[in-house]
Amino acid sequence: MNSIQALQRMLLIRAYEEKLAALQAAGPFPMSCSSQGQEASAVGVIAALSSEDRILTNHRSAAHLIARGADPARLLAEVMGKATGYCKGKSGSLHISVAELGVVLTSTIVGGELSMAPGVALARKMRREAGIVACFFGDGAACEGIFHESLNLATIWSLPVLYVCENNQWQAFVRRKETMQTEHISEWGKGYGLPCQTVDGNDAHAVHEAARAAVAQIRDTGKPFLLETLTYRQRGHFSGDDEAHISDAERAPWLKRDPIELWQSRLLAQGQLQASDLRGLKDEALARIEEALAQAQAAPYPSPEALLTDVYA
Amino acid sequence: MTTTMTAKAALLSALHEEMTRDDRVMLMGEGVATLHPDLVMAFGADRVRNTPLAEAIMAGCAVGAAASGLRPVVDMLYAPFLTYAMDALVNSAGKLRYMSGGQFSFPLVVLANTGAGWGVGAQHTHNLEAWFVHSPGLKVVMPSTAADFKGLLKSAIRDDNPVVFLNDMTLLHQAGEVAEPDDMLVPLGQAKVMRAGRDVTLVSYAKTVHTCMAAAEVLAERGLSAEVIDLRTLKPLDMETVLQSVQRTGHMVVVHEAGPLCGVGAEVAAQVAERAFGALKAPVRRITSADVPTPASHVLEQAFLPQADQIVSAVMAWVSQPAAA
Ligand SMILES: Cc1ncc(C[n+]2csc(CCOP(=O)(O)OP(=O)(O)O)c2C)c(N)n1
Repeated sequence: MNSIQALQRMLLIRAYEEKLAALQAAGPFPMSCSSQGQEASAVGVIAALSSEDRILTNHRSAAHLIARGADPARLLAEVMGKATGYCKGKSGSLHISVAELGVVLTSTIVGGELSMAPGVALARKMRREAGIVACFFGDGAACEGIFHESLNLATIWSLPVLYVCENNQWQAFVRRKETMQTEHISEWGKGYGLPCQTVDGNDAHAVHEAARAAVAQIRDTGKPFLLETLTYRQRGHFSGDDEAHISDAERAPWLKRDPIELWQSRLLAQGQLQASDLRGLKDEALARIEEALAQAQAAPYPSPEALLTDVYA
Repeated sequence: MTTTMTAKAALLSALHEEMTRDDRVMLMGEGVATLHPDLVMAFGADRVRNTPLAEAIMAGCAVGAAASGLRPVVDMLYAPFLTYAMDALVNSAGKLRYMSGGQFSFPLVVLANTGAGWGVGAQHTHNLEAWFVHSPGLKVVMPSTAADFKGLLKSAIRDDNPVVFLNDMTLLHQAGEVAEPDDMLVPLGQAKVMRAGRDVTLVSYAKTVHTCMAAAEVLAERGLSAEVIDLRTLKPLDMETVLQSVQRTGHMVVVHEAGPLCGVGAEVAAQVAERAFGALKAPVRRITSADVPTPASHVLEQAFLPQADQIVSAVMAWVSQPAAA
């Protein structure tokens, strides 16, 4: 992973999420579930994947999509319901898939991505196509029964799936600790007979090293792997959420460990980055998002006839 | 050239032929490999897979595989177990083509057994077809003859959309004439006139098509000529064949084994009322099971099933005089 490129991607994701939040606060603007705070997990894992690998993700997917190289203008257009969106405005923010980037599904059914992942991997395997499947899901999804079924099937059928549980401490409005007795999702995975690991999800380097090793092991053995990244949802569950359930005392230690700031300071300390470069990179990210927004705003809405298209092949 | 075989054998021969024709077609289910060693022998353990007893992941896996270049056929055993698979079928298979703006297709077939008549009660017998008809993006097939079991399954496997293929269990063991390969495809979305008639249109699908045929025999003895239409595919629904028939006969009875409320019969009746009201000489009648779970007791189960004499009485109530010979 190129350190500066990783920083650029994280800054772009942050600029995108902050712009969305600003637009939503000014309103009216369509809702979304922010991935702010989870950039290191997204960038660290996705940088370990190759272009032929497939991705499935959940409602908090902007970080994954941008890390994979999605065009923020087309993402914004999709959120705004424009015809130029990746899904022609038929998805909205919650289910954006991008075939050209190998993003098969963004599921807003909690656990839907876990349900489809073994099948995508099975197709790769049976068609002898190179590539693994990375499946991002939350700790809430791990509490769905399909988590068990998915890991079990992928293990007994030896399917090349990298399960990435982004444990961000919240399950919508429920604290993770209310719904599970164990501390880590990875402990649950062990019983299925697949390798499991928990890493600091706010440390892009740690995530990337773990993901690289996991991907190598999957390519080597053809068997699934469960990686849990410990991270934090810096905003509320969705854009209309007043976040009253989150105390400053809870948030403060996590904000102190903001993934982008951690990464920046490491690069500055190592001399890989100068403070002046950093300003430039931030401005560049902001400018790209402003440009993307202008494009999305100028884009046309779908014609009403599009209502009836794309239902059947 | 035709041969006689059961509907079950017809399904298997359709699978065999389609798996031979297209190596993307695969079969998975709870025991399909154990029960069909011939298929494993012919196509290998990769393409004929036993699954865990876990319908949700079976369906989800089929949906993911379909999105990624395979053409899975997934055997869910009995229709009530589809409730475990609803999320993947309804929220993913049916919706994701649309939601992705056409980027992904989901060519898969879901097999499930349905239909009362063998006394196993409501957790193994439930006619759920209307649920799937109500789900955008899915197709729904429910054949009544061995030839259609084969020809429709072959079409379903070749279709680029998710198809829910419901097999009435009592029909599976009935034998019928099935044509040799090549002319076996029965297109989805085309009803079949099983018997031509002038005085009344009997519309049905699956097992109750045969109930309608039996009623038509009795009506014929009474001088009434009934046209019997087998819908064969519930989605897409071939209303043209129904409307043309009702335009001629002016009378319609819709018969099915699923309950009456919001069922396929309600839809057919509504469309006839909207599109052929002027042709109707009497209100449309529906003959269905009661809105109760399917009972196990043979006596109750028979009371649950639509019977030919109910159809005959409904028709005789309109037509006190036999039609002119
Ligand atoms: C099947 C289902 N149940 C409930 C919801 C409502 N919901 C949306 S996101 C969410 C929380 C998911 O938590 P988690 O999996 O931890 O992901 P996170 O939002 O924390 O990233 C819930 C409950 C849903 N979309 N789908």
